[in-house]
Amino acid sequence: MERIYNHILQIAGNVIMVEAEGPKFAELAEVESAHGKSLAEVIRIDGEKVYLQVFGGTAGVATNDRLQFLGHQMQVPFSGALLGRIFDGKGEPRDSGPGLKDHLIETAGPCINPATRVMPSKMIRTGIPMIDVFNSLVEAQKISIFSGSGEPHNQLLARIALQAEVDVIVLGCMGVLYDDYLFFKEELESSDAINRAVLFVHTAADPVVESLKVPDLALAVAEKFAIEGKRVLTLLTDMTNFADALKEIAIVMEQVPSNRGYPGDLYTQLAQRYEKAADFEGAGSLTLLSVTTMPAGDVTHPVPDNTGYITEGQYYLAGGRIEPFGSLSRLKQLVNKETRSDHRGLMDALIQLYAAFKEALEKRAMGFKMSPWDQKLLKYGDLFEAKLMNLEVNITLEEALDQSWAILAECFEPEETRLKTELIETYWPKAGHHGST
Amino acid sequence: MSAQGRVEGINGNLVKCRFSGAVMQNEIGYVRTEGKLLKGEVIRIKGEMAELQIFEDTKGVGRGDSVEFTGALLSAQLGPGLLGKLFDGLQNPLNRLAEEKGFFTPRGYQIPALEPSDSWDFTPKTKPGAKVLAGDLLGEVPEGQINHKIMVPFFLKGTWSVIHINPAGKYRLDQPIGELLGPEGQKHELTLSFFWPVKNAIKFYQERLAPNEPLVTQVRIVDGLFPVAKGGTYCIPGPFGAGKTVLQQITSRYAEVDVVILAACGERANEVVETIKEFPGLKDPKTGRSLMERTIIICNTSSMPVAARESSVYTAVTLGEYYRMMGLDVLLLADSTSRWAQALRERSGRLEEIPGEEAFPAYLESMIAGFYERAGRVRLRSGGLGSLTIGGTVSPAGGNFEEPVTKATLKVVGAFHALSRERSDARRFPAIDPLESWSKYQGIIPNSRRLGMSNLLKTANEIGQMMKVVGEEGTSIEDYITFLKGEFFDAAYLQQNAFDEVDAATDQDRQEEAFALSEALIKQTFIFEDKESARQYFAKLRHRYFDLNCTKRPSEAYEKGRQSILETLKKGGQDGADL
Repeated sequence: MERIYNHILQIAGNVIMVEAEGPKFAELAEVESAHGKSLAEVIRIDGEKVYLQVFGGTAGVATNDRLQFLGHQMQVPFSGALLGRIFDGKGEPRDSGPGLKDHLIETAGPCINPATRVMPSKMIRTGIPMIDVFNSLVEAQKISIFSGSGEPHNQLLARIALQAEVDVIVLGCMGVLYDDYLFFKEELESSDAINRAVLFVHTAADPVVESLKVPDLALAVAEKFAIEGKRVLTLLTDMTNFADALKEIAIVMEQVPSNRGYPGDLYTQLAQRYEKAADFEGAGSLTLLSVTTMPAGDVTHPVPDNTGYITEGQYYLAGGRIEPFGSLSRLKQLVNKETRSDHRGLMDALIQLYAAFKEALEKRAMGFKMSPWDQKLLKYGDLFEAKLMNLEVNITLEEALDQSWAILAECFEPEETRLKTELIETYWPKAGHHGST
Repeated sequence: MSAQGRVEGINGNLVKCRFSGAVMQNEIGYVRTEGKLLKGEVIRIKGEMAELQIFEDTKGVGRGDSVEFTGALLSAQLGPGLLGKLFDGLQNPLNRLAEEKGFFTPRGYQIPALEPSDSWDFTPKTKPGAKVLAGDLLGEVPEGQINHKIMVPFFLKGTWSVIHINPAGKYRLDQPIGELLGPEGQKHELTLSFFWPVKNAIKFYQERLAPNEPLVTQVRIVDGLFPVAKGGTYCIPGPFGAGKTVLQQITSRYAEVDVVILAACGERANEVVETIKEFPGLKDPKTGRSLMERTIIICNTSSMPVAARESSVYTAVTLGEYYRMMGLDVLLLADSTSRWAQALRERSGRLEEIPGEEAFPAYLESMIAGFYERAGRVRLRSGGLGSLTIGGTVSPAGGNFEEPVTKATLKVVGAFHALSRERSDARRFPAIDPLESWSKYQGIIPNSRRLGMSNLLKTANEIGQMMKVVGEEGTSIEDYITFLKGEFFDAAYLQQNAFDEVDAATDQDRQEEAFALSEALIKQTFIFEDKESARQYFAKLRHRYFDLNCTKRPSEAYEKGRQSILETLKKGGQDGADL
């Protein structure tokens, strides 16, 4: 059946409406206008009226343009030939390679049965003490980097990607600057990692709506690799741009906005993507690391806020460092028990002391006299920031733990640290002076 | 004959159809798409159009697809075999589904909640000729550690009489076990299970009682300061990362109840997995049997269809009421009620209803109140007592409690455990804020002593705030000691390490002793030369309480540690230097 229509009845924002019989919900169509072809997707059916969002944008679309329904939903080709390739937000090649049309798989497929999931149990070592010691990254985790604008989030993302031992890297870019795209490309190419990577890139110059499909394309490919036994690291940057595209469509569709203009289903939309992270029993795994920029650095903004409730933690990037407060890896307890017996106790004690250091700083800023205890805290805080928080530091977990004991011994008496006696006896550096208990 | 219809429109998971015949509000209908039957619930009827919220993905649904109505409301199957299971929001057993369908949950595929071929040891507890009402005892079946009561199906109205009841023996779920005669001469064949619509409360008990019996959760800050009662309700709001879920997990493990129902509503799947993988290997503190035997998990995680989120909380509360009817203490933990509220918001938006605050529907408050009102401690007609306690987490946007779901919940619950970002940032876990939280219930610690400690914390906090303005040097040593006492009680009693084998759970007896031990310190008058020596003294003492918290009880080491603390306290700090 030829399903071609030449009469577009309504064009508003990036949504068009035609009267048609037979289209299915979420079916794709192709709009051919004087400015080229664009994909569109059915987002609402009301009697004969069929509403479609046009990925290429509606600028230049005329009421008599040709619209053809394609009879299928969004698909993506899948094969080993994807590795080393770069695609755009529609799944078309962005590099000079050939278009792939074989082995099409469904995107945004069904959700994973919780009963088949296995608990993530393998730590991904990054060489960054603020991650390895305090908030270990775990294989099959979904976690986001919360970042203000101007922070080196994409650099951090690339560094983790290149250092992590994984089989496949899938990178999805939404609304990133062209420079950032080039940065990722160069980083991957310079280390040969490009040969195990697939890129879906939507830059800030492309039509906004086109970014909507990037997470689905990237995750469908990643999931398939994982089912085939590969350990896949999926990177999505920047999810705030994705949410903004959702907002745009929702407003055009006259949906009642819930919070700062975002649609009421923002949580669900984000969760459906993030929940693709999983460890498949007897097969591979999908780890999802994303970037969520916080508009005006506000963590209570709907996008970071909803993300925080969905992901298994977040790395809070501020001032070029991963902040210990606000950062969290919910899965760290699954891996930091087996690393070294002092890992957990030390982690808590260091943070509690760092919190006390922050209070001492406040006191000092208000001009109060520093007590001997405050003096100790100030010394500790400076060492902590220089030797552990600094993103330049690249040491193994064990080195970082030893480093921590050295810092504590330099600043405190053992019982001031709130550490269990047992741990102090084993790990407190003997050379330092020993307090009496 | 049930109604039929044709799809007219699709908007997300909302499907509009034109029907012929009679359609009931909230009845279940199926949309036939691509050879699959997609389950949905009627949520609005206008003229010859009915709107259904579909519990599954609506991709591929087209205009003209046929709709079949069932004439039945969304119902849960009640019978032996529910304990230890993992269900989705529509009561599909997820383990069975995984065996049949692998890694993913395909749409349009339903399997019975309870396996019809499972057989159970049935012992009759009634006789032919007996007059019975809905909820009366017919027989018993051992299910794990509990005696599962087989009751007269709740949907039977009026007085029925037993025609016959089968002798003791093994029966399959699909086999008859007896027959009843109704008030109008109709007959009803009995089996071990029956269905009940989840949105209707099960009220076939004698009377509802006041919740005045404490429920011991083994979390010190809860039992000590903000207790929960059997049959009561409480809520845990908190920003993300403040430890709501860990707190729920701890409670589900250590709470002293008979049955725990976990409703994972719109939250992360891995959290459910943690429970599924860990519970079978953990022991119930009360019976010593596997924890999984007392647990039911209803899980509709965040990526599962939104419409089924709502049904998941109702399915969970229905199962809770069912076990309460057996004279058991049931604890329902719902995580998170905000996700359910958001599902209502999404639905309301698609229905184009006039939005209330933050686009939540105007009926949000009454829905939340109706849900929590299903908790309660009851006296059964048999004289036994049962309770259903509901604890719900709330995930307020931006961690701000001034939002519709938190506000509506606070109106109807009996205890409020406010989690705070400040406390979790400072790693003070559980991060329940002792200044903001409250409880209307009587716990294991008498109220006067409980309030004494609350007041100390308040005073210590005021001094702390003052100290930020006037500095340590501007604070008197008496005030400084009070401040240290407050900090001490917080650190050594209220904070608990969920990942320490011993400290994770404190039973009632030990809690009473530990509370008294903390009181001993707080009531003690101390004399110090200066603030620095006071601070050091309290740091050392706190360290000893910490070690004691992590020591097994009863044991020699524990008793020794406790005695040594008591003796040290007697000295009143004068020789604090050689502590």
